[in-house]
Amino acid sequence: MGRLNMIAAYAMPGIWRYADIMTKPQRPATDESLTFIQKGRAVTLNNVPPHRTLLQVLREDLEQTAVKEGCAEGDCGACTVVVSDLDPKGRIRHRAINSCISLAHAVSGKAVWTASDIGSTSTEADGLHPAQQSLVDCHGSQCGFCTPGFVMSLYGIFRNQAPGEKVSREQAQVALSGNLCRCTGYRPILEAAGQMGDLPVPPSITTREEATEAALRATAKTAPSSSRYSRPETLLALLQERSAHPEAQIVAGTTDVGLWITKQHRRFDRILDVTGAAELRAIETYPHHLAIGAGVTLSEAFAALGEERPDLQVFFQRFAGLPVRNAGTLAGNVANGSPIGDSMPLLIALRSSLVLMRWDARRKLIAHRELAIEDFYTGYRQNVLAPDEIVAWIKVPRPAGDPSGTSIRAYKVSKRFDDDISAVCLAVAISVTDGLVSAASIGAGGVAATPVRARETERALVGKPWTEDTVELAVSALREEFKPISDMRASAGYRQLVLGNLLTRFWLEAQPTTTQATVFRLEDITRLLGEVNP
Amino acid sequence: MNAPEQPMRNLQSAAGQSLVHESAAAQVAGEARYIDDLPMLQGTLHAAPVCSPMAHGRLLDIDARQALAMSGVKGILSATDIPGDPILAAFAHDEPILAIDTVHHVGQVVALVVAEDMTTARQAAAAVTLTITPLPAVLNVREAHEKASYVLPPVTVNRGNAESALARAPRRLSGGFEVGGQEHFYLEGQIAYAIPQEQSQWLIHSSTQHPGEVQHWVAHALGVANHAVRVECRRMGGGFGGKETQGGHLAVWAALAARKFGAPVKLRLDRDDDFMITGKRHPFTYDYEVGFDDSGRLCGLSVDMLVNCGFSADLSGPVADRAVFHVDNAYYLEDVSIRSYRCKTNVQSQTAFRGFGGPQGMIIIERIMGDIARELSLDPLTVRQRNLYELDTRNVTHYQMQVEDNILAPMLERLATDSSYLARQERIARWNRLNPVLKRGMALTPVKFGISFTATLFNQAGALVHVYTDGSVQVNHGGTEMGQGLNTKVAQIVADELGVPFGRVVSTASDTSKVPNASATAASSGTDLNGRAAQFAARNVRDNLAAFVAGLDGCGAGAVRFEGGQVITPVSTRQFEDVVGQAYANRIQLWSDGFYRTPKIHYDKVTLTGRPFYYFAYGAACTEVIIDTLTGESRVLRVDILHDVGNSINPALDIGQIEGGFIQGMGWLTTEELVWAGTDARNPGHLLTHAPSTYKIPATGDLPAVLNVALWPEANREDNVHGSKAVGEPPFMLAISVYEALRDAVAQAGGSPEKMNAPATAEEVLRCMT
Repeated sequence: MGRLNMIAAYAMPGIWRYADIMTKPQRPATDESLTFIQKGRAVTLNNVPPHRTLLQVLREDLEQTAVKEGCAEGDCGACTVVVSDLDPKGRIRHRAINSCISLAHAVSGKAVWTASDIGSTSTEADGLHPAQQSLVDCHGSQCGFCTPGFVMSLYGIFRNQAPGEKVSREQAQVALSGNLCRCTGYRPILEAAGQMGDLPVPPSITTREEATEAALRATAKTAPSSSRYSRPETLLALLQERSAHPEAQIVAGTTDVGLWITKQHRRFDRILDVTGAAELRAIETYPHHLAIGAGVTLSEAFAALGEERPDLQVFFQRFAGLPVRNAGTLAGNVANGSPIGDSMPLLIALRSSLVLMRWDARRKLIAHRELAIEDFYTGYRQNVLAPDEIVAWIKVPRPAGDPSGTSIRAYKVSKRFDDDISAVCLAVAISVTDGLVSAASIGAGGVAATPVRARETERALVGKPWTEDTVELAVSALREEFKPISDMRASAGYRQLVLGNLLTRFWLEAQPTTTQATVFRLEDITRLLGEVNP
Repeated sequence: MNAPEQPMRNLQSAAGQSLVHESAAAQVAGEARYIDDLPMLQGTLHAAPVCSPMAHGRLLDIDARQALAMSGVKGILSATDIPGDPILAAFAHDEPILAIDTVHHVGQVVALVVAEDMTTARQAAAAVTLTITPLPAVLNVREAHEKASYVLPPVTVNRGNAESALARAPRRLSGGFEVGGQEHFYLEGQIAYAIPQEQSQWLIHSSTQHPGEVQHWVAHALGVANHAVRVECRRMGGGFGGKETQGGHLAVWAALAARKFGAPVKLRLDRDDDFMITGKRHPFTYDYEVGFDDSGRLCGLSVDMLVNCGFSADLSGPVADRAVFHVDNAYYLEDVSIRSYRCKTNVQSQTAFRGFGGPQGMIIIERIMGDIARELSLDPLTVRQRNLYELDTRNVTHYQMQVEDNILAPMLERLATDSSYLARQERIARWNRLNPVLKRGMALTPVKFGISFTATLFNQAGALVHVYTDGSVQVNHGGTEMGQGLNTKVAQIVADELGVPFGRVVSTASDTSKVPNASATAASSGTDLNGRAAQFAARNVRDNLAAFVAGLDGCGAGAVRFEGGQVITPVSTRQFEDVVGQAYANRIQLWSDGFYRTPKIHYDKVTLTGRPFYYFAYGAACTEVIIDTLTGESRVLRVDILHDVGNSINPALDIGQIEGGFIQGMGWLTTEELVWAGTDARNPGHLLTHAPSTYKIPATGDLPAVLNVALWPEANREDNVHGSKAVGEPPFMLAISVYEALRDAVAQAGGSPEKMNAPATAEEVLRCMT
């Protein structure tokens, strides 16, 4: 069946319908049907190809134009929707994500919220949600095209805040880091974020939210029904599916694969979504490491890592924008292997390892192997994964296991502070014992075809006295070690220079003599507010 | 912070109130419709562009066989399918609608593929093969200048004798630098939806700042009269100048496809295509020499401006002219010589963008002020103050216009006080002594921006005000709504004129069948022109009603007042809607047109002298930044703005323009870097930053920690609607203070601020440190 016939099928009236899933579960009518929850009720569509995006389904099939396409690559946030689902423990979670690069089937069995689902100007409705009303009150919309996306990011914070809790400007900046506005300059939008907690939620919206949660609980047992889009619910089923279909495109949050579809018009006959396997949605805590499953989002992984290593929190917040962190997974970032994937230099410095798994059909068991993350890559976006293998776990050592005298820092340099890709990224872990460097692990991004470990530089440090002279030699070694390229983000010369300077910064920050008055990082400028506003 | 204060004015009047944008509630609920949201007519087809992959070359063949074989593809359209003139009806008549036999930049549209759905159209467009033999491409503006490759002839403006003034100046500085372009990045990409009507007529939904021009272009391309084309635009998702002419291309392409395939055609550019195809802010390259005395006062200035116009003229002439007009910014230039070269290069045809050359004109003189101050070890603000236009002497611009409404000196003084300029200078110096890595800097810069289209003929506008029998009011005007709140302001003006509550007045979509021949909503003039025209239209209706009521009550029409939804005479008080009902029954005209043309303006297009501007809008900003000397990264810490909007019609909307303009200007000068592949690259002339992943406009995290905005408390001294001043563009140039503050920080860190080009990316700042 040609693609256009499918399009024609969507356009036929009556093909999709609302159904009350709580009282009358619907059997999928075709192999490619999709059911998700909206406004507390189930929406079912038929003939949805595996590569169709959530934005396309909402705008084109359901004619819900509250969702806007601004860039089709997850960078502007105009398409932001909130997805509600249940975690393996049955707790509801609400995530703002980019619908333009999310696959429609990924929300199968979940709830989707758009700006038109949480408020209305119609006279029959009972008003706007606080996330909307506060934007109106603060003059936070001008041209209005980005606005529904901002509304949904605000709604995402609102749902994740305790009732009545005030959203700080810092929280709002993090939550809105994936939304671009070209008109307002953001001040009124950030004010709206701070004010929305004071406004009441219209009763009809609360009712809808309650109905949604009830519907989610009723739907949770229903697996996605498309055979070409598969989201197995257990690790075993996932690995067996992988073994049976090594040609399937593996996806998690599709924050990268989504662009292959929207920008390169690539099509996939079969998609295997790893985010359903209950085992892999967990972060398991062991005495010396965290094991982060392949279904764990970047937001969840960074929350866990940031709790253990608070110094790195700002670094985590600078990874893309929140909707990308909410959809993308740490394992996806690692497996995808972009040379500038910002998590890898840090994971390298932390001496993380990967657990790869596959279904061994002959021995009828799950086979696995473990390797250091830097050994995973073999070339530009190439890795050691066998066709039937997946990255199942990332093992990240915990601070308890760090040798004493260890300092860990991660630095990202990009054109824009938030929601940008590094020109250069450097993560450094150095242990000093009795004045000597006893251990060093240094990960770098943006300087080679893959994320890399700076072994030459480490050699220039380990066993040497922890002095300015040693650091100077190490800085030279670091600049020599890689041959970065020039591109639109930065020149090769700049990358090389800055790479060394970041190691210098590590040295400066490690100095015990540093006085309170001295600040070395722009991230610390909140300490400056008293200075600039006397 | 910056919450607009309620003005102390007649509480019954709508003007002066911070009313929310007329579409705000619909926008937050996702109900406000943009063109892509309109329900599509059955049978609508979708078009996608086939773009040149080469910067310059001879187009030999378009092979669409593979595309045409794809299911759902209707066909392809190229230059040979154009029934009218294959050249766009643009001012210079130099731009083909679709490439004819030559391609002039990477991204130039060669053909359109039309299919049943958008994805298929785009896939098929990617499958079209072009055969092009390369021709030498000019990618560098200096190379274009050397080869005298221009889209329009050079323009020179002289006043006094710059050469001899420079020769006898006690001190001199000279230099050169570059300022990059800027992508508009309107959140709603370019789009048009063309719908064939009966009897060879056309309805075009176009996201455009200039429906009248779109109508003209479409008619010209289709070979029909203007009256056969109706263009409608309810709102744009942002314009910023990027939809002044550029929206017209899409409308023409969609209309041609609709004609060829006999069906409605929608054309919405993918974001990457939008970057690759459409024009941007003009990049400028400068060479200058300036003379000055030991007090820092200018004596002699010579400037060469190389304007990178891209492959065609588009609006480059008036953009380059406005740059020439704004080289003075706030300062008296006694002996000056400016040469403006409109260079032709093989990149996108650069176009209007907020400020329209003004920012590129001003930045050079602000740079010079900073450099003179450092050369003389004076405070830059002192040097700026010594060079300001004065009131009775030294008050004539280099284009012979007397500056009559000068408020610069008191404005700078007040802002210096409000921002604690001197005290903070000391704190900054102390900080910089103590901190080896992070260095702070500050700058206070003024803006004086001329208001009016420099093309005098565009300074006219029309409006229609309809009063219905229930007393509700509709206003339509020639302007367009792109988020700036024009429709809100115009409705406020009309509400006041008729003495009815704001909620009674609705603004409707811009429509060429309502107000014809309207000028672009541009040059910050939207409210000045259309607001006045609407005021006149409403006044005509009010006069009709006043005469009618005066007859009823036996009083003079001048004694009839319209206030608070009532019509009041010395003997009676009636509800507005009752008067309207009675007037209708007595066959009184309840609707009217209004027309306005700006007075006093004139200028000579050859010598660029005269009075091109009705008045000036003023502002000043004090900005503090911090730079990281290890990486070149920077942050804006605090901004204090004092800006002149005259009597504000809507303080909230005006503050929205000021803050939004400032942040957009900050982006232009810091993170927004357009990178084209050079001649030695694999794909010369290819714009490498063609999506938000690589082109970085400011995000929430870039908002300065402190941003104070105050409005200058004085009415426009010229007779302008409600005593207001235009506000769209002037605040953009307040961001030059960011650039000057960064250069100050570099200087304080021991670097070389004179090396700094814009945008001052991290890499550029670090380059100035080494």
